[in-house]
Amino acid sequence: MIATLEQPQWVNATNSGLIVASLDGVNKNYGSVQALRGVNFRVRAGEVVALLGPNGAGKTTAVKLLLGLSQPSAGRVRVFGGDPTNPENRMRTGAMLQVGRVPETLRVREHIDLFSTYYPKPMAFAEVLAAAGLEKLRDRKFGDLSGGQKQRVLFALAICGDPDLLFLDEPTVGLDVEARRMLWDEIRKMVARGKTVLLTTHYLQEADALADRVAVINQGEIVAEGTPSEIKAKTAGKRIRCITSLAINTLRQIPGVTEAKEDREAVELHAIEAEPVVRELLARDAQLCGLEVTSAGLEEAFLALTRDTGGEPNRPN
Amino acid sequence: MSTTTMTLSHTRMQRLPGQTAIIYLKEAKYEFLKNLRLRMYSASVLSFPIMFYVLFGLVLNSKEAINGTHVPTYLIATNGTFGVMGASLFGTAAGLASDRGLGWLEVKRASPMPPFAYFAAKVITSMIFSAVIVVALFTLGIALGGVRMPVLDFAKLLAVLVAGSLPFSAMGLALGYFTGPNSAPATINLIYLPMSFCSGLWVPFMFLPKFVRQIALVLPPYHLSQLALGIVGAGRHESAATHWEVLLAFTMICLGVARLGFQRDQEKMYG
Repeated sequence: MIATLEQPQWVNATNSGLIVASLDGVNKNYGSVQALRGVNFRVRAGEVVALLGPNGAGKTTAVKLLLGLSQPSAGRVRVFGGDPTNPENRMRTGAMLQVGRVPETLRVREHIDLFSTYYPKPMAFAEVLAAAGLEKLRDRKFGDLSGGQKQRVLFALAICGDPDLLFLDEPTVGLDVEARRMLWDEIRKMVARGKTVLLTTHYLQEADALADRVAVINQGEIVAEGTPSEIKAKTAGKRIRCITSLAINTLRQIPGVTEAKEDREAVELHAIEAEPVVRELLARDAQLCGLEVTSAGLEEAFLALTRDTGGEPNRPN
Repeated sequence: MSTTTMTLSHTRMQRLPGQTAIIYLKEAKYEFLKNLRLRMYSASVLSFPIMFYVLFGLVLNSKEAINGTHVPTYLIATNGTFGVMGASLFGTAAGLASDRGLGWLEVKRASPMPPFAYFAAKVITSMIFSAVIVVALFTLGIALGGVRMPVLDFAKLLAVLVAGSLPFSAMGLALGYFTGPNSAPATINLIYLPMSFCSGLWVPFMFLPKFVRQIALVLPPYHLSQLALGIVGAGRHESAATHWEVLLAFTMICLGVARLGFQRDQEKMYG
């Protein structure tokens, strides 16, 4: 509340629930590769949205479209109701992207000083340093920083303009647990200041820790959308392994089974919920043995979600 | 009027007029600092022309003359051209290729930085390094090589050589758009070293084989060095206007190629 009172300009944006960024029916092709297919996606003022998906799912492509760094092959991209390349929109937007190399001979404070100059109403320098936890590193050259420290500088550059809308593309990739938690805290502080945040991640845990809403993206399509707990419930798939005389086609027809395959002498099944499937298996095959039930990994969970939408399998035609 | 539009005007963002100028200044300042601290750039770009000048102009031939022009004076013009070319090509192409290939340019483009500021900073930095090289050659020549000329000629020579940074900066931008972060330095060397030789920057022009001299006529460093040599009275008495025209045309072509690269980059992203 205090933050809101000190920042009266956010009150309007936070409460109105306005759409600040959107993708409408967006396709994006790179040559013959379809990076995004028919994506509809909205970010409302004041919310934190996570775009969750495995590597190569199209998360970065979506962020680059919203930043106006690339143009959709079809569909419409809007930020603050206008074109994302509009310079005025860019003054209200901050971005943390995955960068291969940042000029290494400039000091932390010099990088921040330069980026702050780009914005009409930047945050105070000391405030940026504090928000990104860089007070002790201000005079270090970028090239002398550790991976986690470098990420914090990129975060500082994203927030230094005091933007209304913040894009964070895999902000914690490659960070250790401690550094990740630290960055989460910084992101939460930005949220407390009333910022709208879109972050991409391939950690369900991270989406859960930060986001109001999660959109799961796989192979260029949004396959699920909801609150973190809704998504968690959906992705809590199970892997069932057993040795059985039942034919693979029979197994596929058991209700709840999303995938079945032979694996050496055993079969491996995937199911959203294990119990009904196991009950059915035991009822049909009294000789069944070697039963194992484990939590499916996120990759499998994505597969389950994809099947769960009832649509066509996700293969490029 | 829709609510969206109202909110937009509510938090309307605009830069104050002076702010844009400050962005250009800071962009140039930090580009300069970045390259100054990058020893691979600052040391090599400064040391080669100075080393050549000390060796061939001060140690070996300081009492000789080429076509009646004192060698240390002559070599300020040619080594100056060589230095300006190196500073400008490496100052623009290497940084641009790396920023483009490794994602930094995207961070810049996503920010509200005016795109032109980025290019201007590279060109200005190249011009500053060019000026430093020329002044260093002057200083060495005056102190150790007995170089004497009217102050006005010094000023003219400095102005011509620093202006000569522009065509090579343009060439660097073009190269930066068509080379990768790892291949850029090698590509620059592959172009600029033979071009320096053929233009008479290492071996005085009249001592070059005839077919090389014919190639030189289409090479921009030849024209810049002839403008510089003209000031110290050692030019080949061709029309200065022609030299300027060739350099201008070359600059325009390079900017055109750079623009193609810029657009290609956009379109690659634009799918």
